[in-house]
Amino acid sequence: MVNVLKHFAIFESGKRYTFAAFVVAVLVCAPLLSLMFEAVQGSIGHWGHLLTYVLPHALWNTILLLLGVGFVVTFLGTGAAWLVTAYDYPGRRFLTWALLLPLAVPTYIIAFTYLDILHPIGPIQGLIRDVLGYSSPREFRLPDIRGLWGAILLMGVVLYPYVYLTTRFMFLTQAASVVEAARVLGETPRGVFLRVALPLARPAIVVGVTLALLETLNDVGAAEFLGVKTLTLAIYTTWVTRSDLAGAAQIALSMLFIIVFLLHFEKRARQRQRYSLVQRMRPMTPTVLKGRHIALAWVLGVIPIAFGFLLPAGYLVVQVFKRMGQQTGFSTSLIQASFNTLTIASVATVLTVTLGLIVAWAARRVRDSANEQSLGKLFSRLASLGYAVPGTVLAIGLLGPLLLIDQGIEWVLGLAQYKVTTLIVLGSTAGLLMAYVIRFLAIANGSIEAGLARIPPSIEQASRLLGESSSRTLWRVHIPLLKPAMISAALLVFVDTMKELPATLMLRPINFETLATLLYGEASRGMYEEGAVAALMIVLLGLLPVILLARAQQRSV
Amino acid sequence: MSGKLEVNDIRVSYPLKSQLKAAVNGVSFSLESGQIGCLLGASGSGKTTVLRSIAGFEPIEQGTITIDGELMTSANQRIPPEDRHVGMMFQDYALFPHLDVKSNVGFGLRRLKPQTREERVDLLLELVGLSDLSGRYPHELSGGQQQRVALARSLAPDPDILLLDEPFSNLDLDTREHLASELREILKQTQHTALMVTHNHDEAFAMADYVGFMADGKLVHWGTVKTMRQFAKKSGAQ
Repeated sequence: MVNVLKHFAIFESGKRYTFAAFVVAVLVCAPLLSLMFEAVQGSIGHWGHLLTYVLPHALWNTILLLLGVGFVVTFLGTGAAWLVTAYDYPGRRFLTWALLLPLAVPTYIIAFTYLDILHPIGPIQGLIRDVLGYSSPREFRLPDIRGLWGAILLMGVVLYPYVYLTTRFMFLTQAASVVEAARVLGETPRGVFLRVALPLARPAIVVGVTLALLETLNDVGAAEFLGVKTLTLAIYTTWVTRSDLAGAAQIALSMLFIIVFLLHFEKRARQRQRYSLVQRMRPMTPTVLKGRHIALAWVLGVIPIAFGFLLPAGYLVVQVFKRMGQQTGFSTSLIQASFNTLTIASVATVLTVTLGLIVAWAARRVRDSANEQSLGKLFSRLASLGYAVPGTVLAIGLLGPLLLIDQGIEWVLGLAQYKVTTLIVLGSTAGLLMAYVIRFLAIANGSIEAGLARIPPSIEQASRLLGESSSRTLWRVHIPLLKPAMISAALLVFVDTMKELPATLMLRPINFETLATLLYGEASRGMYEEGAVAALMIVLLGLLPVILLARAQQRSV
Repeated sequence: MSGKLEVNDIRVSYPLKSQLKAAVNGVSFSLESGQIGCLLGASGSGKTTVLRSIAGFEPIEQGTITIDGELMTSANQRIPPEDRHVGMMFQDYALFPHLDVKSNVGFGLRRLKPQTREERVDLLLELVGLSDLSGRYPHELSGGQQQRVALARSLAPDPDILLLDEPFSNLDLDTREHLASELREILKQTQHTALMVTHNHDEAFAMADYVGFMADGKLVHWGTVKTMRQFAKKSGAQ
């Protein structure tokens, strides 16, 4: 049978992986194609309704939110990066990694936490009233954090690390001679930052801001908790409350235009980043701070960490201890949600890392012709597309294909006289798993591709000449060497799957809760008890990738 | 005992700015069983491309490559590298970093029975003088030791042809001279047909029975060491 198959060109060892990568790329693109199909199904009346009542408000809010978050993350991220690069002071190393901590807090958790912390009868406002001598919220209360400004500030304070990471690397690898030349020409330190360092770092800042804005677009929890009607939220409510698939698909399609625009921006910035990096860099010598400047540096560095991580995480810890003091154990719903989260995240991780390996291997293989190599790279890029697509958009796009699969199964079973009374795929976690794989394939693929790039091609060639086929070489040589990359990919995918909310809300089976959806449900009902436990678990697990990133940062420069 | 290598009028091209550029053009030579040949030339002369074509990593547009009369590569056919029974020593040695010396050398012998495999590995380690280092990992070895492990590993499956890609380029001068003569001794002892590529004249003349000079993808001269020295003198005089 194997000999027969070999006669089919597609099953030659060289093309097998390209075909597999092609299949994965098609699977990733299928929801996007389905989305376009669903959107077109909607009537002209649908479009009219959307354009009059839904899109203008949601679009305007989304644009304002993106602009606002973009400004905040640029300001915080670039400032933080300069603070730990251009200056030297005691504790700088600590601040360098601590500034990454807010990455562990998803946007919906920061909103959930601050809504409780800053509640009119919460601890902060209560303390202020006590200090000022007021007795009730009717006499004194702070402005409501609910609203666009609250959303901008809260999202900005947990998403700035994306800009911080990319910009810090850029500052570190800029030539010291460029900075020194500016100083010799009489430029002040402030002038050096504004006229030299910042313009050179612009491509890196754009890359970081794009990542932060994609996360902003993806958010549905924070927007709902804070009462900001964004396009993502509009998609969710259109489907969940009005069961209007065509309408939701049409809004999703509109969002894709914004995403394409952002990705184009990011791609141009990455290309410019390559040209602005000069080889054989001597990193700049940081200025040693003295006296009160050290205190100032610390205050400036600690503020984003405090608001983005310490305050919310600390508050969650207090809430959890309070709850533990009130009753024994945790509810069955929390335990079940934890079990569900662990199970589905584990399965999703195994699937995603395996597919990521296939796609990365297909793109990397020693090939017969240059054409196939560029095909492999194309499939790799297509397979990574899912990361840019918000969870809600992905979920809407998957509904059509999943329903088709269910109808296909029903037809096949019908031939055997077996009557199907329920949706098999759409009603199970299969659809959710598919969404996770598509959404996070880019993480696995990227990590493994980077690992493969460190293995010289001669290693594979040696194995082939020693009689091993391409597949056996992958198994005996590359996979053992890729273990660190695969473990790192698995960790990142696991944590991201565990934190994921938008797609989970839309595709989960009935009565299936994860930690994220449990928290969402609690917050929607204005209850924070068990939600706080779920939130703390998510944040603590979210620290693992932050630790990985911090260590990778230390190694890279 | 090794095989006879015949390379007939091969051409290998790469795409360059929407055209095809010939990296190897009309190259022909042969090596009888047990002979050591060497392709000499500057970087970009096409010598490594010839080696990689014989190994099966590069397709050819014309000509044929045969080993012991069996067609390995033509314009229409290419036997995969793992089925050619060709050994190769890479310029960077390409030792498997996660395997120790013993496992590296035994890598291509998985089809043998464990005891037979162990005996073969021990024999080869003794041949290259590394019996005491069988438990070490590549990063724990010197450049010269890594080169010997690479040689033992490539000889272990008893290939028909052994290809050597600049085997001494990563070594210091003293180690190079010492290992060059050792390598020739080992190859003559095992009677393996070998083809080496290098840009170093001294290495070529020390190692090979036949030497070919390549320039701009063409084999300008192929002959014995003696005729090659005469050619080199003549070319230098012109």
